[in-house]
Amino acid sequence: MIPAPFEYIRAGSPDEVLRALTEHGDEAKVLAGGMSLLPLMKLRLATPGVLVDAGRIEALSYIRDAGDHVAIGALTRHRDVETSDVLAAQCGVLRAVAAQVGDNQVRHRGTLGGSVAHGDPASDLPAALVALDATFVVRGPGGERIVAAADFFRGFLETALAPDELLTEVRAPKTGPGGFAYQKFNRRAQDWAMVGAVAVRNGTTRVALVNMGSTPLRAHAVEAALADGASIADASEHAAEGTEAPADINASPEFREHLARVLVRRALTEAHA
Amino acid sequence: MDVSITVNHQTQHHDVEARTLLVQFLREHCLLTGTKVGCDTSSCGACTVLVDGESVKSCTMLAAQADGRRVTTIEGLATDGELHPVQQSFQANHALQCGFCTAGMVLATVSLLEEIPNPTERDVRLGLEGNLCRCTGYHNIVQAVLAAAGQQP
Repeated sequence: MIPAPFEYIRAGSPDEVLRALTEHGDEAKVLAGGMSLLPLMKLRLATPGVLVDAGRIEALSYIRDAGDHVAIGALTRHRDVETSDVLAAQCGVLRAVAAQVGDNQVRHRGTLGGSVAHGDPASDLPAALVALDATFVVRGPGGERIVAAADFFRGFLETALAPDELLTEVRAPKTGPGGFAYQKFNRRAQDWAMVGAVAVRNGTTRVALVNMGSTPLRAHAVEAALADGASIADASEHAAEGTEAPADINASPEFREHLARVLVRRALTEAHA
Repeated sequence: MDVSITVNHQTQHHDVEARTLLVQFLREHCLLTGTKVGCDTSSCGACTVLVDGESVKSCTMLAAQADGRRVTTIEGLATDGELHPVQQSFQANHALQCGFCTAGMVLATVSLLEEIPNPTERDVRLGLEGNLCRCTGYHNIVQAVLAAAGQQP
């Protein structure tokens, strides 16, 4: 399978990406690692007329301690997130989640920003960023703006990014040594999560769900129950509240709701261990 | 567009369409058919090659993305007629049945051992999760990887 023809532009800097996006509008798509976009293009589910390859912009590949948060360049590869010493000390959950994305080959190419900008609710890292209350730096023709993770994911493969904007940085709040866990359920190694649950403890306990709706979701009812002093077992029973689990070849919504309750319980237990 | 990739230490310069996948570039333009197309959806790993020393699935990468980089395919692993240690270990441990997944398995292993030189069996099984053997011959493959790493299988 070969993608439909497109014009290829290799961008050397964020500004070159923005210029290409301004010129070509919604004809254009930004290519990062390509682990999500290229499969869609091969299936002709995406047929951009112009592909703007941002994959070589070294300036957007970094992980830095930035005071109250860790700043991660949008083009940082999963492999680099998975092995980052800065994240090991300051935000371990991102390492743990990145290590469960796809397989080695995918993690060698795929990028954090690419995963976020793609906006797939079955992706692992967006849910972790939602649990963390991370923020995203978005650059457009008019300058930069900061978007909270909670406001970024709008629907299935839909985000707050305008066609002429580029995600440049992810800001992950530090969690220090607080406990965390990621429970991902699938039937075969390397598959997408049928359901996933991320738990992060940093003063309060926050929980987010993978593949339980059209976007990554916070499990607010679980968090509220925990804040009210409920046990992990009791709080986990609220995991499916407010979700709209999809039905597909892998699972019914009812099964996914069951998985959410079980995985949240396991994640909370692991995070509190 | 002009794409120039150093494949197995040789410069390969070809004028290709922008949509050309790396695996097509290797098979159809470089005529290196050791790299297989299996699922063509980045699941099976048969098309695994090394780009700058790291395993990637060449069915899900544009040749343009590898422009100017170093690519190693199964044809490039042996030196002076001597098989690469991982190839030798696959042979010694009979780590193949039909052989279709083998090139990808070997290259994924080379990359894995670069990152984890002394893997446990679990490291090997997780590290090769992106490579499927439809003969289900995983047992000997895992043994071969451990043996190549100098571990007791």
